[in-house]
Amino acid sequence: MITAERKPLEEIVASVKPFQRILLVGCNECVTVCAAGGRKEVGLLASALQMHFMTEGKTIDIKEITLERQCDPEYVEELNVHMDQADAVLSMACGCGVQEIARRYREKPVFPAVNTKFMGASERQGVWAERCQGCGDCLLGLTGGICPIARCSKRLLNGPCGGSTTGKCEISPEVDCVWQLIWDRLKALGMQDRYEDIMPAKNWQTGRGGGPRKIIREDLAE
Amino acid sequence: MKTESRLEKVLASGNLAVTSECGPPRGALPDKVREKAEMLRGYVDAINVTDNQTAMVRMSSFAACVIIKQMGLDPILQMVTRDRNRLAMQADILGAYAHGIDTMLCLSGDHPYFGDHPQAMNVHDIDSIQFVQMVHQMREEGKFMGGGDILNPPKMFIGAAANPFADPFELRVARLAKKAKAGTDFVQTQCIYNLDKFELWMKGVRDRGLHEKVHILAGITPMKTAGMARYMKNKVPGMDVPDEVVDRMAGVPKEKMAEEGIKICVESIQRLKEVKGVSGFHIMAIEWEQKVPEIVEKAGLYPRPENL
Amino acid sequence: MEQFEPVVVAFCCHYCAYTAADMAGSKRLAYPANVNIVRVPCSGKVDAIHLMKAFEKGADGVYVAGCLEGDCHFKNGNTQVARRVAYVKRLLDEIGIGGERLEMFYMSAGMGERFARIATEMTEKIRDLGPNPVKSALNKKKGKAVA
Repeated sequence: MITAERKPLEEIVASVKPFQRILLVGCNECVTVCAAGGRKEVGLLASALQMHFMTEGKTIDIKEITLERQCDPEYVEELNVHMDQADAVLSMACGCGVQEIARRYREKPVFPAVNTKFMGASERQGVWAERCQGCGDCLLGLTGGICPIARCSKRLLNGPCGGSTTGKCEISPEVDCVWQLIWDRLKALGMQDRYEDIMPAKNWQTGRGGGPRKIIREDLAE
Repeated sequence: MKTESRLEKVLASGNLAVTSECGPPRGALPDKVREKAEMLRGYVDAINVTDNQTAMVRMSSFAACVIIKQMGLDPILQMVTRDRNRLAMQADILGAYAHGIDTMLCLSGDHPYFGDHPQAMNVHDIDSIQFVQMVHQMREEGKFMGGGDILNPPKMFIGAAANPFADPFELRVARLAKKAKAGTDFVQTQCIYNLDKFELWMKGVRDRGLHEKVHILAGITPMKTAGMARYMKNKVPGMDVPDEVVDRMAGVPKEKMAEEGIKICVESIQRLKEVKGVSGFHIMAIEWEQKVPEIVEKAGLYPRPENL
Repeated sequence: MEQFEPVVVAFCCHYCAYTAADMAGSKRLAYPANVNIVRVPCSGKVDAIHLMKAFEKGADGVYVAGCLEGDCHFKNGNTQVARRVAYVKRLLDEIGIGGERLEMFYMSAGMGERFARIATEMTEKIRDLGPNPVKSALNKKKGKAVA
């Protein structure tokens, strides 16, 4: 999923301060799974904002809505009926959702309430870790299902570097050396000879380096 | 001969080669470069110039190499993949060769986390092994990585780093094999204090005949103080400093520590001379360059071969 | 000038804390009337939003009382809510209300004295901290003068 974390309250307060009526929009997908912007978090943020402004002696109007997703125009359309009663929108979705709302409701200021972080997976309850960088040309089949582009601090395709220490990356003992993980996995799969195949330089054009990307399905797009 | 490199000539002649290092200054101070390099004249075959080492900005390795070349000495251009993409690298290699620089070291580079610009983007367009392949292709096929022809292709003698002390140990010989496959001519190892482990690695290297494909220069760094020994043991990733070495340094009074460090250093070189497959030494005396001549002499490596 | 009488909300689990409150009552141990008990089947039922809403509606102090560590009737409801309490304390600091107005306590069903003591100490602590800063806006809303 796409992971995110709520912005510090002070930053959110600064963005909505000039407005009286806020539409606070959550998302039922990724940010719900990583407990950053789903229905529960919308409730908590609404309460927190209200209380903050009350300590300054004023109350604001916050309408709480959680959409199924904010990255599909059909769902974003559901906000239309509420727009007249809002001065600004505060979105708890990832950057994709915030932008879709801004695209549809051009005359309303839209602010992000979370910092979108990475594409990742849940390691265990409450812990999410980066797994994918969207390079556009997946090589997981060659590395035992573990990605060096997302998980090596230096993006080495022919790692490890000389800083790998007891299975940890040189930058921190909290960070696994992914090449240690890949090597262990290749061994477990009986694919150790793969290790000496040199992975050629990556074509970054399929990734963000080639410009902002689009997928068009001719069978689906009119 | 693949190149005009003096280092290649020394190695080809069967002599043990000696290289050392110059860290460029944190400012536009050409005289500092000249001072350091001058100390090494006549005692080494080539001088590495580091590239933003430990991710701290310094005068570019390319510029410092040009200064050293103009002094009539032989620089080794160190280049890391952390700071530039394949276009910039190929351009710098052409530029360096145009100034007569013919030997280089292809590295990944320390993570910016440790340096003075941790907010900087890590480039790593290619990694050190793909880098070696690229420079090899420039020399042997006269082609850019993108496929186009190079007018007067650079003939670089290609070096890489090897660290027998990083983890996982079982991969460290395979790693050298990969670098050899990519086209590496010589490697300089991480500084050696655990000679047993190094000899174990060398055995693995010899079993695969890699010592005949790649010239191995054993890395040596003299300890200045017991504190330095402890720091390198505990705080530097990929470094193996056995307790005996720390104890030896700590066992002498403060005024004698430097002398003891040089002693250990020379003893190591003497022992490593006997190890089959070791083609020379890379003496890294960081901020202690003035000791290199003494080490080279005491280790019986002076004078350097002439008329090659 | 009226003395400030804090409003304290105590979420008490049925199996331990609420029973301890009962015990305090039957032993005639006095504790302040400022403490308003909300009985829950397990302290783990208390979610972050309940704590927030209590403060939003004007409570001056809130606490959650659950079973002793290791003794939760539902295995680990008490440890789960303890983490939520810690999270909301930090949020209350960010808001400007102060995390010290919220606490987590553990007790067994027989600890009538402990229940009474905690209720008393928490009330006094909140009395010293003063009214919940949101009250001024609440009173404005209701058209009252600030106390």
